Amino acid sequence: MILTGKGRIDRSKDIGFRFDGRAMVGAPGDTLASALMANDVCLVGRSFKYHRPRGVLTAGSEEPNALVTVGQGAAAMPNTRATMQELYDGLVAQSQNRWPSLDWDVLAVNDLAAPFLGAGFYYKTFMWPRAFWERVYEPVIRRAAGLGALSGAPNPDRYERAFAWCDVLVVGGGPSGLMAALTAARGGADVIVCDEAARFGGRLVYETDNIGGQPGVDWADCIVSELAGMDNVRLMPRTAVTGSYDGGTYGALERVALHRADPGEAPLECHWRIVASRCVLCAGALERPIAFANNDRPGIMMASAVRAYVNHWGVAPAGSMAVFGATDDIYRTARDLRAAGVDVAAVIDSRTAPRDEGRTNAREFPVYQGAVVCDATGGRRGLREITLRLADGQQERLAVGGLAMNGGWSPSVHLTSHCGARPIWNAELASFVPGADAVPDQSVAGAAAGAFSTAACLQQGITAGNQALLALGRSAQAVTAPEAEDAPYYVQAIWSVPGKGRAWLDFQNDVTVKDVGQAAAENFVSVEHMKRYTTQGMATDQGKNSNTAALAVLAEATGGTIPGTGTTTFRPPYVPVPIVAYAAGAEGRGFAPERRIPSFARARREGAALTEAGLWHRPSYFPQRGETHWRQSCDREVQMVRNSVGICDVTTLGKIDIQGPDAAAFLDFVYANTFSTLKEGRVRYGLMLREDGFVMDDGTTARLGPQHYLMTTTTAAAGQVMRHLEWVHQGLRPQMDLRFISVTEQWAQFAVAGPRARDVLAGLVKEPLDMQGWPFMSCGAVTVAGQAGRLFRISFSGELGFEIAVPARFGAALYDRLLDRAQDFGGGAYGMEALNVMRIEKGFLTHADIHGRVTAADVGLGRMVSRKKDCIGQTMAHRPGLLEDRQELVGLRPLGAVKQLIAGAHLFAATGPVTPDTDQGYLTSACYSPTLETSLALGFLRNGRARHGETVRMIDHLRGIEAICTVTDPVAFDPDGGRMRG
Amino acid sequence: MAELMQSPAVLMPGAMTVGTTCLAVWDTGPVTAVMPYRGRSSGLAAAMQAAHGLGWPDANRVSQAGATLCVWSGLDQAMLVGVVPDPALVGHAALVDQSDSWAAVTLDGAEAADVLARLVPVDLRAQAFPVGYAARTQLGHMPVILCRPADAVLRIMVFRSMAETLLHELKEAMSGVAARGKG
Repeated sequence: MILTGKGRIDRSKDIGFRFDGRAMVGAPGDTLASALMANDVCLVGRSFKYHRPRGVLTAGSEEPNALVTVGQGAAAMPNTRATMQELYDGLVAQSQNRWPSLDWDVLAVNDLAAPFLGAGFYYKTFMWPRAFWERVYEPVIRRAAGLGALSGAPNPDRYERAFAWCDVLVVGGGPSGLMAALTAARGGADVIVCDEAARFGGRLVYETDNIGGQPGVDWADCIVSELAGMDNVRLMPRTAVTGSYDGGTYGALERVALHRADPGEAPLECHWRIVASRCVLCAGALERPIAFANNDRPGIMMASAVRAYVNHWGVAPAGSMAVFGATDDIYRTARDLRAAGVDVAAVIDSRTAPRDEGRTNAREFPVYQGAVVCDATGGRRGLREITLRLADGQQERLAVGGLAMNGGWSPSVHLTSHCGARPIWNAELASFVPGADAVPDQSVAGAAAGAFSTAACLQQGITAGNQALLALGRSAQAVTAPEAEDAPYYVQAIWSVPGKGRAWLDFQNDVTVKDVGQAAAENFVSVEHMKRYTTQGMATDQGKNSNTAALAVLAEATGGTIPGTGTTTFRPPYVPVPIVAYAAGAEGRGFAPERRIPSFARARREGAALTEAGLWHRPSYFPQRGETHWRQSCDREVQMVRNSVGICDVTTLGKIDIQGPDAAAFLDFVYANTFSTLKEGRVRYGLMLREDGFVMDDGTTARLGPQHYLMTTTTAAAGQVMRHLEWVHQGLRPQMDLRFISVTEQWAQFAVAGPRARDVLAGLVKEPLDMQGWPFMSCGAVTVAGQAGRLFRISFSGELGFEIAVPARFGAALYDRLLDRAQDFGGGAYGMEALNVMRIEKGFLTHADIHGRVTAADVGLGRMVSRKKDCIGQTMAHRPGLLEDRQELVGLRPLGAVKQLIAGAHLFAATGPVTPDTDQGYLTSACYSPTLETSLALGFLRNGRARHGETVRMIDHLRGIEAICTVTDPVAFDPDGGRMRG
Repeated sequence: MAELMQSPAVLMPGAMTVGTTCLAVWDTGPVTAVMPYRGRSSGLAAAMQAAHGLGWPDANRVSQAGATLCVWSGLDQAMLVGVVPDPALVGHAALVDQSDSWAAVTLDGAEAADVLARLVPVDLRAQAFPVGYAARTQLGHMPVILCRPADAVLRIMVFRSMAETLLHELKEAMSGVAARGKG
């Protein structure tokens, strides 16, 4: 209900919104929760397990009940706390976990079956048959119980990630936080202040106290405007600090545009990583409910929340209310209610002795000292009546529409515990408080440290701000705390009210006092076990307002003490962080950089199908008119290269420029074979091993000068090889004088392969490319259409081949020229598929074959591992186990009716059992060879080199394909290499 | 025979402004990786000073003489930008042409550092990354060289092949930062 003329927001302006399809009106400054209250909506959701009707409990991020879905379709945001969602024009919210409607929820029948559905029910009931859990029970239970659901469609909204740095991070903008920030900022520190609310001030926004002679909220505004005017302060409202991490790093979630009707280009939320030299934690405290029978009825709320709704938003859950609790806050609440025109039917003070006499006129409202509320009745729409148990044991019933409860306050110690420290029990406060130095470079001030008076908060904020300044090597500031409320805090802990009926501890997970007792009875006596057994403290609120009471009840049930029972582990995040916020920008094109080759534009223009290789987007084939299947294009491209000429962009291969007096010695050390003997102007195939003796990478290395080499690597391993070289140079051979750097990006490089390769180059390269000047495996500088370039006579296709390189800016132009000339000779572009087929025909290796578990000997290159010199991996390559009875590289061809060969399939003897024991090897590469008109494969077969000509069985257990094969030499085409040498 | 046409490293017409931040192509001119051999740093520094008027940069720094920069880029490595290295440097250092390796852009404006705060995990506050500083870091998932030649100006060098992704990431970050102001 609206309290006309009350509250600090302007209710003269209207904002339209919808809840469960009903059009409603709120005001600027409303949250969804306060707007619903203004519209007399008391029932806002159904509970997780029993589908009990629930209303708003709190006014903050700890809200367990009022979870709604905001927005529609793919943009719908489930489990939005109505208490944190600011109202905007056109907001659409739906209640959750109910069917067919919030008022009439079929699964409310669960509540009648409650005697059977206690903690542990599912574990015990749905154990057999075992397979049913995953397929039957779990999906059904999941549908019945739960919170909101995602649409399943890709999220169209924008999110953001960002980094920030500061000298002092102040977490929380209440009285302590504002004073800490002001002090640190006046001392010249770079300050970030975060508060999860839309407005700074903490409790001051919601209370009626004065500070320094003016309303607390006005005082807060003054401090905020001073801070806003300072260059060294960044104010971050709507930002919840979610976690403390190592090295002074804090996670934070900022609601950037969730409160805007039209976010435009702005992200909805931003996940920050804030690195702070110092942190002052002023996170405040959370008010605790009291467990009594049916304390979950809509209309029963936290006292602090009632004051917030009344004082700030000018709304109340009912016109007649009672207040029940264990601290003087109950009188404060009653006074605020009365001042706002709400009838206060009773103040039920559970403490045995009054402490607030001086400020309370008992005639204002009836006070029941030493009494408790032991039951509540009402319908779906709200509370009707409460039952009191008086100090003398008599019961009394009282008709009220709302109840404010206060079981004391728990400091928000979460961020002090994320790095492993445990909070410490303070018996006087009946609360856990942060341990000393729980997180390095973090101090705690105000209510978060257990200081519950405003004056103490202000003073502790100043002290913490000055501590931070001193730690930063700056001078302390003389800041004086203004005069403020300084009442002592006096609590007599009350965790649960004994009696019949279910008394709720954890509203979000439907955990009662009895459930915790049940856990203890079944020997789940550790607090961590109790949590898992009952689910107390799980889900979106992480038990923010139930943890302390639950463990206190557990302590009582086990006969232990509260500090002895201890808390469960606090883990980040403090509030739920959407996965999409953590991953912001990393979806779609942001997932990985898209590396473009110099010929990218032309390839795309010609409709090339692209594939990714080590972040590079490379053409896999170039479909021509009439070609409907990749194999048609691939077969044509292979035949084109074998018969005339093909052009392929090979810029992506890693290129490393290596120079220096010790360059040759270094290469001898990193390569298995020798490079110091390579002549200038020549290229050699090189094999690189890892320390453990297995093959790491292969490629060609050219000697460009006496102390100058150019190494190439495979595309995918370019980064790995570079890192390896750096490690070897910096870590193993720092005395060697050489320098190297990647030139992959500097040079555009194209393969020109096929019998007509010379004809294509002849018109472009100034120098004559005759056999004598440019024999196989030669290299040198050339002039390409007037530009200085490099030419390498190497071949990965088995044909007469060159690779021609020019500075990358000329790459696109050179590719065009090469292609135009190739087309004159009946040639054209070829892609990765054709390249792969040709290298399989030739038995050349890629990382499909040198996959990290094969040795040089396995691939038939054992003799390349020179024993005349030391090299990385040499010793380990010759250890027992790597020499004998190995699976060796072979070629395979189909022999029987089934012609299909599949990479990944395994090899077995032609006849006999097929078991893991009889596995003899596997296929690594397979293709159809248009040249030889057969399927071909490379694979590894036990002692395969000695078995050429034998028949084996290929079995693909995944696809159920079996083929009889003959074992061959890996080189299927042109075994003597005449074509590429000629 | 006709000469080969040049393709620009960054496919963007001149400059674009989103909010208060201007993104422009940085035409670096020649870029050379300068990598002094063992024990030759001081000789190199002297040769650079004599030939180009700038010294060898400390780690995370830029040395500058007019339009010529020498940007630290790693252990025993810096990028000489804007000038072809003098032959006097040969012998002191391995010199490798990198003019075509990098796509370079400039971010200009009061919120330039805010834009990069979306992408780069480096403290770019003026006191931590003042004029004359450089960093080898990552932007999104890409390795970059960053430097700050003037107060509100940040320069970014990324591998040429990743220029498209760089533009995509920067435009996203720029529009997100700009849209915040319109709340």
